[in-house]
Amino acid sequence: MEYLIDENRPIFMQIAERIEEDILAGRLAEEDQAPSTNQFAALYQINPATAAKGVNLLVDQGILYKKRGMGMFVTTGARERLMEKRRELFFEQYVVAMLREAKRLGIEEEQVIEMIQKGAKVP
Amino acid sequence: MSTIVEAEDLTKRFGDLTAINNISFSLEADKIYGLLGRNGSGKTTLLRLLTAQLFATGGTLLVFGEQPYENRRVLSQICFMKENQKYPRRWRVSDVLAIAASFFPRWDTDYASALSKDFQLPLKRKMRTLSRGALSAVGIVVGLAARAPLSIFDEPLGLDVVARSLFYERLLADYVEHPRTILISTHLIDEVSRFLEHVLVLDQGRLIIDEEAEALRARAFTVTGSASQVAAFTAGKLLLSDEQFGSLVSAMLLGNADAGERRQAAELGLELTPVSLQQLIIHLTSTTSHGKAREVV
Repeated sequence: MEYLIDENRPIFMQIAERIEEDILAGRLAEEDQAPSTNQFAALYQINPATAAKGVNLLVDQGILYKKRGMGMFVTTGARERLMEKRRELFFEQYVVAMLREAKRLGIEEEQVIEMIQKGAKVP
Repeated sequence: MSTIVEAEDLTKRFGDLTAINNISFSLEADKIYGLLGRNGSGKTTLLRLLTAQLFATGGTLLVFGEQPYENRRVLSQICFMKENQKYPRRWRVSDVLAIAASFFPRWDTDYASALSKDFQLPLKRKMRTLSRGALSAVGIVVGLAARAPLSIFDEPLGLDVVARSLFYERLLADYVEHPRTILISTHLIDEVSRFLEHVLVLDQGRLIIDEEAEALRARAFTVTGSASQVAAFTAGKLLLSDEQFGSLVSAMLLGNADAGERRQAAELGLELTPVSLQQLIIHLTSTTSHGKAREVV
């Protein structure tokens, strides 16, 4: 599994992203226990302190919470909150980037709209 | 967090050569440190100072709060397996393990046996007949099984890539179970960077980086594109280096690209790529003009 970590970006952010993805995809349900920092350390061959930093980032955002002596759990409402955050990023990450590329390729705005409508019909 | 090593203005000279030049740093308990730098940068000299094999020319050094010289209380808490460790002529591998077991208070015999199998140590062979790889493996097994509060590993380079990856895996697994301070000296930065918590970089005897590994990972990035666009982007920023391939220019910048810079780069048609810890350190420690950051006007 080691290849899944990108050495060029802060690893704690990647750990936080992995947990977010698992919550969004439903692999980690609300009130489920998140993997421990030691499990992350063993799985990705990273420093446990780094894994803890990623987990704590999500605790600060209210996505995970700590049960004393038991570990980290997914907060009720975490999935909805993450979806809200992703929706906010959607415009910048996908729409703006798409229009920039369209402009570079000489695709007109109307054509882009047509493509989106066509794409929406593909099952 | 308790501090186990404190060095202040530490200097070691050999005649005209200043191997360690006025450095100050501390090591905290239960962290994994990487001591990185080129060959001849002073790594081994620093390790020999820490383990009381050399006297400092100047400055102060406290290990576990005490002077380390001829201090058994301190030295029994340190395990330092050198690559070129010398052994008495008749010693077999099993003798080395037995002596280590009697010296290190926290030695784990079962763990040592398991590791001996993992690394395929030839227990009955004499130390002087071992290959470089097997010698390194003995050092690794002792270094791990000693569970010393300060465990130092110096360039496990005799190991082939398969054995090195086994070493990293065992080290991390055992560290999780039995936290202790680990100091790994190496120039194979890419292999160890992901499990380091803190990085110390020596360059010509000076300590040029003393920082958290995660902070360093976001310290630099490269921007690539046409010369004029790159120039527009880099104006006023700290440039580590730049290279030209035909009409393309690739510039390495200090700092972390923020959202605004990412947008600007996308608009200019520039590509931003992160810089690995290894690339960053190569640039910061190279002796050519590339190593010096300069302001772009």
